[in-house]
Amino acid sequence: MDWIMQPWPWWVSGILIGLTVPLLCILADKAFGISTSLQQMGAMCAPNSKFEYLNKHDRRGHLWTLIFVMGITVGGFVATRFLSAEPVALLPETFKSPAGAAKLLFGGFLIGFGTRYAGGCTSGHSITGIANLNWPSLLATLCFFAGGLAVTWGLGNLLF
Amino acid sequence: MAETARPTANDQPSRMSTFATASVFVIGVYLGILFIKSEVASWQRIHNMFLFQEAHMYLIIGTAIGLAMLSMFLIKRLQIQSVAGKPIKYEPKPYHTGVVVGGMLFGAGWAITGACPGPIYAQIGAGTGMALFTFAGAMLGMFSYAAVKPKLPH
Repeated sequence: MDWIMQPWPWWVSGILIGLTVPLLCILADKAFGISTSLQQMGAMCAPNSKFEYLNKHDRRGHLWTLIFVMGITVGGFVATRFLSAEPVALLPETFKSPAGAAKLLFGGFLIGFGTRYAGGCTSGHSITGIANLNWPSLLATLCFFAGGLAVTWGLGNLLF
Repeated sequence: MAETARPTANDQPSRMSTFATASVFVIGVYLGILFIKSEVASWQRIHNMFLFQEAHMYLIIGTAIGLAMLSMFLIKRLQIQSVAGKPIKYEPKPYHTGVVVGGMLFGAGWAITGACPGPIYAQIGAGTGMALFTFAGAMLGMFSYAAVKPKLPH
């Protein structure tokens, strides 16, 4: 059982992550997607917001997204605390600085703005969308990579 | 299984049974564990993916899509119903300008922070304090989108 405490091989991870899609729709009638949780939290924090995006949001109907991400957070804790032989380093040490914090805040901004504008992220578009043969989701995924590659190989390489 | 809470087909779609709610939470925990154990939530893995230095992330995403696709095919083919007895159908996400523009912005954020939305939560749970900045940024980005949405092409 030692392997459980090590990082899991790609095929175990890929199969089990993919299983999330049928599990969610069979057990809970939900389509797998994570970034709607941001809108849900925004709508719950500001129910009387003047922005339609928040005040017209169906808070009850999307409450599950909040429960789901609370689960993901607990899962992150369980995996690091009980299922890892060595301490898990998710972010490089260099991020532990004011400049690193600014980078994460700015990158996070792009994640929040971008996923909501695109209508989904890696889960809702790349996994659920493509799995349902939804072509805009394939296009979205290609754009995710275009943006990421531009930062890694282009201008971002100098800035970050 | 909470049979008493099983909703009928006529129930409001927003009404969730106790069983469905518990399932969502447990699947969330399952996925959070996977994000850490697969190292999908590790900045270095995302960086190496965008540098084309290792196949790890591509293999995981590809396998996950393949398995999800096979599952959806079987669900449709065998007309498998949900536990609540409802037909399973996918609501397509439509094409609009945001799919391209928003998609590229998100991709840039993914490369900078090494996290897509799910892994942000897993990182926070894992005790990576700096991930709170990523999360705060994501909330700011979402609020900004809410503010400018009427002015953006959709």
